[in-house]
Amino acid sequence: MAKKIIKKKAALPKKTSKVKKTVKKLSLKDQTIESLVELIRVTSTVVPDDVFKTIAAAAKNEVKDTTADYAMGIIKNNIDLAKFKSQPLCQDTGTVIFYIYHPPGFHQTPFKEMIKKAVTLATKKGYLRQNSVNSLTGENAGTNLGEGHPSIHFYEQKGQEVSVKLMLKGGGCENVSAQYSLPDTGLSAGRDLEGVRKVIIDAVYKAQGKGCGPGALGVCVGGDRADSAYFAKKQLLRKLDDKNSNKDLDKLEKEIVETCNKLGIGPMGFGGKTTLLSCKITHANRVPASFFVSISYMCWAFRRQGVVLNKNSAIKKWLY
Amino acid sequence: MKKLNYPFSPEAVRELKVGDMVLITGKLFTGRDAVHKYLHDGNKPPVNLKNQIIYHCGPVTLKDKKGKWTVTAAGPTTSIREEPYQWEVIKDYGIVGVIGKGGMGQKTLDACKEYGCVYFHAVGGAAQVLAEKIKSVDGLYLEEFGLPEAIWELSVEDFPVVVTMDAHGNSLHKDVEASSKEILKTVL
Ligand code: SF4
Repeated sequence: MAKKIIKKKAALPKKTSKVKKTVKKLSLKDQTIESLVELIRVTSTVVPDDVFKTIAAAAKNEVKDTTADYAMGIIKNNIDLAKFKSQPLCQDTGTVIFYIYHPPGFHQTPFKEMIKKAVTLATKKGYLRQNSVNSLTGENAGTNLGEGHPSIHFYEQKGQEVSVKLMLKGGGCENVSAQYSLPDTGLSAGRDLEGVRKVIIDAVYKAQGKGCGPGALGVCVGGDRADSAYFAKKQLLRKLDDKNSNKDLDKLEKEIVETCNKLGIGPMGFGGKTTLLSCKITHANRVPASFFVSISYMCWAFRRQGVVLNKNSAIKKWLY
Repeated sequence: MKKLNYPFSPEAVRELKVGDMVLITGKLFTGRDAVHKYLHDGNKPPVNLKNQIIYHCGPVTLKDKKGKWTVTAAGPTTSIREEPYQWEVIKDYGIVGVIGKGGMGQKTLDACKEYGCVYFHAVGGAAQVLAEKIKSVDGLYLEEFGLPEAIWELSVEDFPVVVTMDAHGNSLHKDVEASSKEILKTVL
């Protein structure tokens, strides 16, 4: 089988031609690893189109010659430069989180090994920083592998296709992510959507500029503490311009963005019109005794991508 | 847009006000957790920091075959971790500027006022734009802390920052927090 990879538009032309010239055959395993490394490269160096459009619109909206305008200008330049140089958008390349959607009968264990290999390679190539630290010893093995790293989630789906989504979740924005337990007396937030609205806005206020705003939120209403946080983060896989199929949540998402942008926190907390780029909300059942609201804050360096692999494990399609 | 050119001085930084957009040209010394702790523990800095600027940054660096260093990514890291130490470093070693992200607290703000120092906020995550402004790597000290934690002496040109804490007791972080709190009350 000929080695074939669809390069993301972002790739430098020079690199594409180099790939085309190579005619050596790759094993299925090697091809998978190569596709995964390419997924990591693009995720780390290029923001997805939907995110870029939202950032560009926000940048236009800021008042000329203000600190907010200045910050948005630097952010936009950084996005262009990272893509052009094929270098990480931010030096914190974050927690590496894979979401794999596969057909019935798929073998997860060998795929996990290929992911680990790809992560090691991508680290060597500088698409990922040596970013994984043993929490007990403080040791950094320099490979981005270790207990729980990378984070990998599998989902079985109908059909024959394998698709892989990847999120690189920065540390600064993870630090301002939050979980509330309703009712919250301090905020007069009860166990209803109005209470949910209050705690989300409070989280954005508390974050100020510390999560490298303007940020984007993934939220989960309900679930136990662990699932709630997990589902909240997974909402960041949604395109920023999509619609929530639940009417009430769709309305709440829009309202939160509008309200948070009135807070005046602005890019980097310098003050300004854009505090929040988007908010995506899902829900999960809870037990009567608890009511958690989890908020996952993503920085402007919003890194997520996804690919569909063909039967030879080459990249068939980009998902964002 | 204002310019701040080397050599720096307390007088020059006292001219700057919160909200000023500044392009810095000259020298920067990186220093983060390990360096601040080292100085706090009473060790002398390996370079004279008088009238210099410290940059809270753990750069990604590459050494070429001839042994020359280049910086490939150089965004700011969160400054608040240095809050227990920063005021002392300002007082004891006479630094006139701190660059980082997220802002710092009252102790640092007070030291800025007393000794003539400002806090510059770089755009978090802008690793590529900021690395482009680094024209040369002129020195490497305390390498034993690991490369991201060492002190890197860098020459920069038009390094873009915003003054968010000035030498007159003003803090943009405090102001934005206070004004957004007022608005928060009306929307909750
Ligand atoms: S919060 Fe995001 S942009 Fe900021 S330093 Fe971390 S990864 Fe980079």
